Amino acid sequence: MNKIKFLNLYKKSYLIRCVENLISENYSKNKMRCPIHLSIGQEVCATGLISFLNKKDKLYSNHRCHAHYLAKGGNLDAMLSEIHGKKNGCVGGVGGSMHLQDLNVNLVASIPIVSSAIALATGSALNQKRSNSKNITVVYIGDAALEEGIFHECANFCSLHKLPILFVCENNLFSVYTNILERQIDTNLTKYAKAFSIKNDEIDGNKIDQVILYSQKAINYVKSGKGPYFIQMNTYRFKEHCGPSNDDHLKYRKTSEINLWKNKDPITYFRKFLLKKNYFSSEQLNKEDLKIEKKVKNAFKKAEKSPYPNNKEARKFVYAE
Amino acid sequence: MQNKKNLTNFVEAIKLAIFQSLKKDKKFFLMGEGVNDPSSMWGTIKGVAEKFGKKRIIEMPISENGLIGAAIGSAINGTRVLVNLQRVEFSLYAFEQIINNAAKSCYISRGKHSVPIVIRLVVGRGWGQGPEHAQSFENIFSSIPGLKVVIPAFPNEAKDLLVSSIFDKNPVIFIEHRWLHFSEGKIDKNFKIKTLKTFNKILDGKDITIVANSINILEAYRVAKILKEFNISVDLLNLCVPNPLNCSELFKSIKKTKNIIIVDLGHKLLGLGSEIIAQIFENNIKLKSAPIRLGLPFHPTPSSLGLIKNYYPDGPSLLNAINKTLNLNKNKFQNILKKYKKNKKKMPIDVPDPYFKGPF
Repeated sequence: MNKIKFLNLYKKSYLIRCVENLISENYSKNKMRCPIHLSIGQEVCATGLISFLNKKDKLYSNHRCHAHYLAKGGNLDAMLSEIHGKKNGCVGGVGGSMHLQDLNVNLVASIPIVSSAIALATGSALNQKRSNSKNITVVYIGDAALEEGIFHECANFCSLHKLPILFVCENNLFSVYTNILERQIDTNLTKYAKAFSIKNDEIDGNKIDQVILYSQKAINYVKSGKGPYFIQMNTYRFKEHCGPSNDDHLKYRKTSEINLWKNKDPITYFRKFLLKKNYFSSEQLNKEDLKIEKKVKNAFKKAEKSPYPNNKEARKFVYAE
Repeated sequence: MQNKKNLTNFVEAIKLAIFQSLKKDKKFFLMGEGVNDPSSMWGTIKGVAEKFGKKRIIEMPISENGLIGAAIGSAINGTRVLVNLQRVEFSLYAFEQIINNAAKSCYISRGKHSVPIVIRLVVGRGWGQGPEHAQSFENIFSSIPGLKVVIPAFPNEAKDLLVSSIFDKNPVIFIEHRWLHFSEGKIDKNFKIKTLKTFNKILDGKDITIVANSINILEAYRVAKILKEFNISVDLLNLCVPNPLNCSELFKSIKKTKNIIIVDLGHKLLGLGSEIIAQIFENNIKLKSAPIRLGLPFHPTPSSLGLIKNYYPDGPSLLNAINKTLNLNKNKFQNILKKYKKNKKKMPIDVPDPYFKGPF
């Protein structure tokens, strides 16, 4: 991989951080009137894998979909307008933050009910297999998704039919406020993949070099037609489950654990990685950061100024004509 | 093409619809549990696997939510799918996918996605099917915007409605009564896609409007034929597409007859009849008599022959309702009842009445 590709990947990761930070900062203005699930802390799990997909590869996401949407190249203005409930939102304001989609880049759907998108992704991969397509389907899930029966139902079917699907499980250790060890026997989620003879890896999702290495391996495997793949990416969300704030005062997560993960901030790690490799100087990266910050600020202004959709739109598209 | 009308049964009609659709759309596929087993859904998909192969007929692990979800995902990406389930109750596992994804993908994507999927669900009855093998849930499915609900009764409807459901762009819940599988009738064998309409007019009459569907419309049909001999004419409407519900044809009918009886396939409480009668009142349509609803009582379906007595709406309960509505002369009503009893063979109530065989 050349340094320009690395820079683009860094810029995308920082763009996500920047968008999420601005959502967080502006949320109290009450202009974004929908629940939000921020991806701060989990940016590289998205960019480090999704950047290696083709535009035609299909991507499915969940309630925490901002990073996946932007990593796939989803339109920024349409995303911010959607979260602001505006007419030019990516789904015209009917979905809000949890239903982002951009069919131009094949972010096919984000489904906020835990695990629900897995089934749609399975159907997508089934179509790709039946039509001998060269493209694959990727679905992002969280650790709690492994507790839903539908994961196991689909994993069985995908493995049985060797479907071209890549499961990416972002394990951020918590389902809302509940630790994984109160819900599952251990934190190793690849055992479920093994149960269905699905190739798998467990990696540190905050380290860009690791994410790239294993993502390329997994994508190549799935593209070769050998069947599904499962990657567990261990990561941590920095903000509350739903909303713009920190909720560290609630003490459901240990301070030592929070500090441990904040020291493993994926953006900081990425910067250090680029500096260590002598690809770019700190000044060069700062300059890129500033450009991105300016771009995102402008996009926010645009979204805030955009008009609301006409109320009549609410009745449309209940049925396909 | 010439209209070829042939006598056939409901099972063959369903099979013909599936064969024709598979031939028409080469991408379209079918999935189900035991798709190629010796029963083949009571023969409705017999021979399909041999003819079209494993790529078109996919065996579905016993994972209804996952696999109906996969069918929805396949449909969103441009492939029509038909899912076959042996009993309605198995679809309960898949309510999450049906209600969240099938019903809402078109809406959320502002029409960019459509979900051309048909889920065939069979309603059981008789021979002790019991509490969890005899439900129909047409009222629940009909309360979800974005779904279509199709309930065929006669063989010709079975074929036309299944073809039309498969080629509809929307997710269709296709509710098929097990007892209808025995019915015979003339069907148009030509491939034809029709618009799904709420009501199918079965008989034209002026004295009373009867709305029913599925197995109940066969009984209503028998009753109407008997009443005809007594100079009472029934406007008989098959409520074969209750979702989306458009009552305009029904309103036309009751403006003429000013009397209405509705027979629900499922429970009377909060059944389709409740909604329809509410709409009649909202539209201020004047009736000569109070509307009557028939349907299942508000308890689960018991298994024992001794417990299902008076559970299902039947000829006598429908005739009593008609008598109440039209306030018939006592002698005349007794003669009608006598005629009905003569017509109906004495049979245990937990097996299909031979009358249901038709031909219709």
